[in-house]
Amino acid sequence: MLKIQNLHARVEEKPILKGVQLAVPAGEVHAIMGPNGAGKSTLSYVLSGRGGYEVTEGSASLNGDDLLALEPNERAAKGLFLSFQYPLEIPGVPALTFIRTALNAQRRARGEDEIAAPAFLKLAKEKAAALKIDFEMLKRGLNVGFSGGEKKRMEILQMAMLSPKFLILDETDSGLDIDALKIVSEGVNALRSPERGMLVITHYQRLLDYIKPDKVHVLAAGRIVASGGPELALQLEAEGYDRYVGAAA
Amino acid sequence: MTLSTALKTGDLTALPSRRDEDWRWTDLRGLLRALPPAAPAHDGEVPAGPFADLASAETVFVNGRRVVETEVASGVIALRFVALADQASQGASHALVVKPGETLVLLESHEGRAGGYVTDVALDIAVGEGASVERIVLVEDDAEAVNVVTAEVDLAPGAQYAQTILTSGARRQRIETRVNHPGAHAEVRLDGAYLLDAQRHADLTTVVTHAGVEGVTSQLTKGMVTDQARGVFQGRIVVSPGADQTDARMGHHALILSDKAEIDAKPELLIFADDVSCAHGNTIGALDEDALFYAEQRGIPQAEAKAMLTVAFVGEVVDRIAHEGAREIAAAWVARKLGSAV
Repeated sequence: MLKIQNLHARVEEKPILKGVQLAVPAGEVHAIMGPNGAGKSTLSYVLSGRGGYEVTEGSASLNGDDLLALEPNERAAKGLFLSFQYPLEIPGVPALTFIRTALNAQRRARGEDEIAAPAFLKLAKEKAAALKIDFEMLKRGLNVGFSGGEKKRMEILQMAMLSPKFLILDETDSGLDIDALKIVSEGVNALRSPERGMLVITHYQRLLDYIKPDKVHVLAAGRIVASGGPELALQLEAEGYDRYVGAAA
Repeated sequence: MTLSTALKTGDLTALPSRRDEDWRWTDLRGLLRALPPAAPAHDGEVPAGPFADLASAETVFVNGRRVVETEVASGVIALRFVALADQASQGASHALVVKPGETLVLLESHEGRAGGYVTDVALDIAVGEGASVERIVLVEDDAEAVNVVTAEVDLAPGAQYAQTILTSGARRQRIETRVNHPGAHAEVRLDGAYLLDAQRHADLTTVVTHAGVEGVTSQLTKGMVTDQARGVFQGRIVVSPGADQTDARMGHHALILSDKAEIDAKPELLIFADDVSCAHGNTIGALDEDALFYAEQRGIPQAEAKAMLTVAFVGEVVDRIAHEGAREIAAAWVARKLGSAV
């Protein structure tokens, strides 16, 4: 599914990723943990195609499609979804309009018909109810004035509506209290399926109590320096990242 | 020093030039080396205007001549200035008196249905005590046209005057509004939006003079310029001596979407009274790159995302239009100009 080989990337002149090697098969959830500055967010931005990052070496593909050759919207149409650590506020664009525009753009890019308005509204009502999102909120500017928890729930709603093939969750737990964390995690877990892969990027082990990974990788100084099962997350929580920061330097 | 004088006398030295402080960004004298011949009378059909379905009566000027006039100044009225002759010049003036307590929705359109014309329109609008006027002005000029529209608005105590200008610019274009505000619980809203591409120019100039106590003015102008277009905003609020408890807010916010586009803005608050509440805000910048990437990441192609965010940006002005039908036409116009179906 997602295959990253020897990926190097820099911001301006500063190398951040220095040979990331990673494969996430369909149906699996992998976690990437690491200290601040390890390159976790850079990895998610490089995979999703944000400007300002230059790939100098290596490759990244999703189901055989070379991600790095595609525009960000084309990557989305191929099924890549990045859940932002800090979802943006879009004043003047109601959430419903935003999601419908995105969904139809993706469908057009895949050569599918646009979704009809009644079918779209029905789907939105259903998915919003499951995430305990007040439907009236979807008529307001996307994320404008929403709390951190509400913004993350809107991210999960967009995932549920867009039905991507591969999810990257960038620090999805940041800014969430325990109740919000549970709702968000349930939303993510509901999307687990044998056809879908996920990469969960997090600094803390806490999120992984709720979204249980198949594998855990440690990213330090731009490389994956250790991989293991869920027990690795617990070990990191107990021991900290010092060992890996030292090993990578 | 007006285009109107030059059109009447043929004297080009009467044109305002960049040496006139209020016209420094909208130079007519340097642009017009000769005036085109006066527009001929038009005796054929006149196509329907943009507000045809909303207005119950209309006053229509074609090539500077009044061809239809309604005596009514209440309800929903269309006021149209139609240019149908290429490379011709025309001047028109019109006065409206809104009686005390009346309500008028004035749907004004400047319809450039020809090329390279020069037009001057002067309006006088008097709003009686406790009367209410909402003026919506849709200006669609030819890219090579020169157009100056000036409205002088006199308000009686307790009057309400709301205005929204929507323009896509011209070769050179000035839409000026001067409001004589008596204070005295009269309320003014002056809004505008300019959406300019290619080499178009639009100048939205307003002067509001608060002469008495307890007046309210709220102003919001938004703009978008791209290619080599140029937007000008000059907003002046004068609070005369003794006009205490004036509440005046002015906002001008614009997006520049290309390196060669330009915006010149001059917000001015001239306050000669004590105990007033006045503020202005002026911002000019590019689209938010983070918001743009966010939309693209969700699958929206960049051009569509830019249009969506720009429509949303200008939408705040459209949303302030009170008349529902006019608001819908304004929203559709903005979406069409920005190439978006949002």
